[in-house]
Amino acid sequence: MSNDLQQQFVQDMLTESHEGLDRYDAAILLLEKGNAGTELMNDVFRVVHTLKGTAGCLGFHQVEKISHAGENLLDALRNNQLSVTPGITAGLLKLSDALRRLLQTIQATGGDKSDFDLTPLATELHDLRENPNATAGAALAPAVAVSPSTGSVPAPGPTAEPTATAPAEVAPSTAWGLFDDTPATPTTPPNVSIPTPSVIAAPSPAVAASAEATQQPAATANGSPGTANATVRVDIGLLDKLMNLVGELVLSRNQLMQIAQSKHLTREAVNEVSQCLNLVTTELQEGVMKTRMQPIGNVWGKFPRIVRDIAHELGKSVRLETIGAETELDRTIIESIRDPLTHIIRNSIDHGIESPERRLAAGKPAEGHILMRAYHEGGQVNIEIIDDGAGINLARVRQKAGEKGLLSAEDASRLSEREILNLIFLPGFSTAEKITNVSGRGVGMDVVKTNIEKIGGSVDLHSTAGQGTTLKIKIPLTLAIVPALIIRAGGERFAIPQVSLLELVRIEGKAAISAIENVYGAPVFRLRGHLLPLVFLHRELQLPAPPETAEPVYNIVVLQADQRQFGLVVDQVCDSEEIVVKPLGKHLKGLPMFAGATIMGDGRVALILDALGLAQRARIVSEGQERKGIVNHNSAAANEVGERTQLLLFSIKGREHLALPLDQAARLEEFSVNKIELSGAREAVQYRGRIMPLVRLSRHLPGAAQGGSGENAQLQVIVYQRAGHAVGIVVDQIRDIIDDRLEIQPGSASPGILGSAVVQGRITDLVDVSGVLRSAGIPLAA
Amino acid sequence: MNTPTQYCTFHVAGLFLGIDVLSVQEVLRASPLSRVPLAPPTVEGLLNLRGQIVTTIDLRRRLGFAPRAADAEPMFMIVRTADGHVSLLVDSVGDVLELTDETLEHPPETLPPATRSLIRGVHKLPKQLLHLLDPEQATALAAHAA
Repeated sequence: MSNDLQQQFVQDMLTESHEGLDRYDAAILLLEKGNAGTELMNDVFRVVHTLKGTAGCLGFHQVEKISHAGENLLDALRNNQLSVTPGITAGLLKLSDALRRLLQTIQATGGDKSDFDLTPLATELHDLRENPNATAGAALAPAVAVSPSTGSVPAPGPTAEPTATAPAEVAPSTAWGLFDDTPATPTTPPNVSIPTPSVIAAPSPAVAASAEATQQPAATANGSPGTANATVRVDIGLLDKLMNLVGELVLSRNQLMQIAQSKHLTREAVNEVSQCLNLVTTELQEGVMKTRMQPIGNVWGKFPRIVRDIAHELGKSVRLETIGAETELDRTIIESIRDPLTHIIRNSIDHGIESPERRLAAGKPAEGHILMRAYHEGGQVNIEIIDDGAGINLARVRQKAGEKGLLSAEDASRLSEREILNLIFLPGFSTAEKITNVSGRGVGMDVVKTNIEKIGGSVDLHSTAGQGTTLKIKIPLTLAIVPALIIRAGGERFAIPQVSLLELVRIEGKAAISAIENVYGAPVFRLRGHLLPLVFLHRELQLPAPPETAEPVYNIVVLQADQRQFGLVVDQVCDSEEIVVKPLGKHLKGLPMFAGATIMGDGRVALILDALGLAQRARIVSEGQERKGIVNHNSAAANEVGERTQLLLFSIKGREHLALPLDQAARLEEFSVNKIELSGAREAVQYRGRIMPLVRLSRHLPGAAQGGSGENAQLQVIVYQRAGHAVGIVVDQIRDIIDDRLEIQPGSASPGILGSAVVQGRITDLVDVSGVLRSAGIPLAA
Repeated sequence: MNTPTQYCTFHVAGLFLGIDVLSVQEVLRASPLSRVPLAPPTVEGLLNLRGQIVTTIDLRRRLGFAPRAADAEPMFMIVRTADGHVSLLVDSVGDVLELTDETLEHPPETLPPATRSLIRGVHKLPKQLLHLLDPEQATALAAHAA
């Protein structure tokens, strides 16, 4: 037998064994919970038995030996000679760890010799079989059939393999060495097939194993050499379909070439072929994409084991539930979310889920629950990790952030709940009381966020104290082909991936003349009451400006980068297209505003713009403060002396000069008076499918003309959002948005007023929204 | 010692240069280039080489010469480097010459420092001198500039 064939066998064994061991782990976990049926037990047994057989056949005696020890134990379990104890399941899981390690060694070195000593495990497995009660639990079935063997069955030395006194079937070594002509084989000791009364069961797996071995050369077509990561299994039906499509592609090409050479080049003929090509390409693209798609369950499969191990280590009890394991993702992405997900799960168990005592005290079931859910939404994959633990202690996060100097205590007290939660993504942050094996090294969530963002995803965190934490990850389906918007600036074409795109705004005619305002020279545009910072692409990229026209036209592409929005002003918006992302050469790696390049329909190259890189260049998100930006974002609140503050200026009758920090206004809306309904005794409107209470500011501010507001047919409403609840504040007129350095004096201590400042030459009172809401009797969820 | 090497020769601003023919993949006539804003000045743009995106480096700028006339039609020389394909913009491409080390000499010390690292040696040909360009250096240093 050639060396190549031997290599092929080894590769096949590695692939199959990895898959088998994953199945094995899952089954052992079920076994631990006490709901493993006979079928499952047989499957587990078969995995180990096949591994033992193949390994013996290929000369991996370490693998063979340890599998043998495990096999004996499993067989006793299968035949109800033993019952499951925690000690046994722990031992069996250790076996799969050991086997994985050996397989890795084989993959790396080609042999199974490692410095990893298997003797203790072999002894442990043996002892478990002999004396299960010694470890834990009580055996139900009397260990009648446990043979009074010499006690060295799984002992390390190949020669130490004794024959059991129980009926035993001795297979000659040639049975195992059938397909192996390497000199290693003759040292294979006579194998003792399972020394149990169930003689019938014993040979059958052996037969299966050798039958499988014979099939191996033939099975190379779908059997994949290499490890699970290096190969992909493709459905034969899909492969056939792809082949058919390639056939059609070739036909289309022939047709096209004929047309190109013919003397009568007609438009119709070209159209026909191009349509055909279009169809075939699209289908081919989808098909090939499918071959790259893998269910997310491939990654999740490992988690029950991880959850069990961590929970055991921490003395907690955790149940993992998964929904949507069949959700498919590009395999490169699957690989890159494995580590972040593991980290999140670890965090959930360590920080989130409480100890059983605490859970019972809090009126929750002793067993913690973690739900992993994956689903497709809008061309992206959402993954949620939901635990029912203690939730994130905001006070502690605040305090920790202060201690670590990540922000000042004053800042900390002013942050919104959401911003506090986002603090845990800052580098160097950990709230763990003590550093455990599991977490608390302060690198965790920061790395998670960075890794997810690297593949174009985003992480979102929600937490309710005492009820649990939900972490939501959004990731693109694939990175290779992405939908993008094609735009033009300075005579060049650029592609903007749709994921960072929020909306397109076009301003023309008279509106365009005054549409763009300046805040200290920085251009901004009012987008539905919000100031949207503008970036002129041609200026940023130092490209020639478009020719001046009498009536300017602005095409604004609203982009999102790191939770900030900005408007990119481009010369022309062309079309949306699916683009193939190609990397840029190393010469252009220093340009963060380009994410890559793509080839357009006319064969020319277009650069792909990176929203975050652009924002950084334009200082919308400054590089150093990229993370801190989240923190500082809203901290420019009312009473900060001399800091830049964005104020929303508005008036009600009798109080013409009022202001509100702009951050507190989620949106500005107009409602017609007849939209007002009553919810309880309170005025409310339906807003985005929810009931939003209305507060008429004039009734809660001294000096306002009573009954003044609300007479208009249209209500001007400032939507104030807090902890997911929206409250509408009714004012008479929205006047302006200013961004200025303000000195706010605590001045007039009248109710509902926070302080005053001079704005645009007038004394302007800052409204204390929470005070007003309190006086209006609207509870604010903390 | 005296195994002949084949050199692909070309001209850049009057300079006669050569690259080992084995590291040259192909030579293209004028193709549409997409400029890269804010890129280092030596990067002329991006070229679509049958679906592969190749960075084009203007050797005139790389070697410190004046830019070529607007109506000149430069040629693209696609070379293989350790970091993949790079396209070099040259004025014109000459013959492939087979030369032995007998005519090779080290570049003179008086070369301007900017070009010294790029020229590996000089072949003394009967009528003129052939400068051996180091493709790795010619493309690598441009990365530093970025």
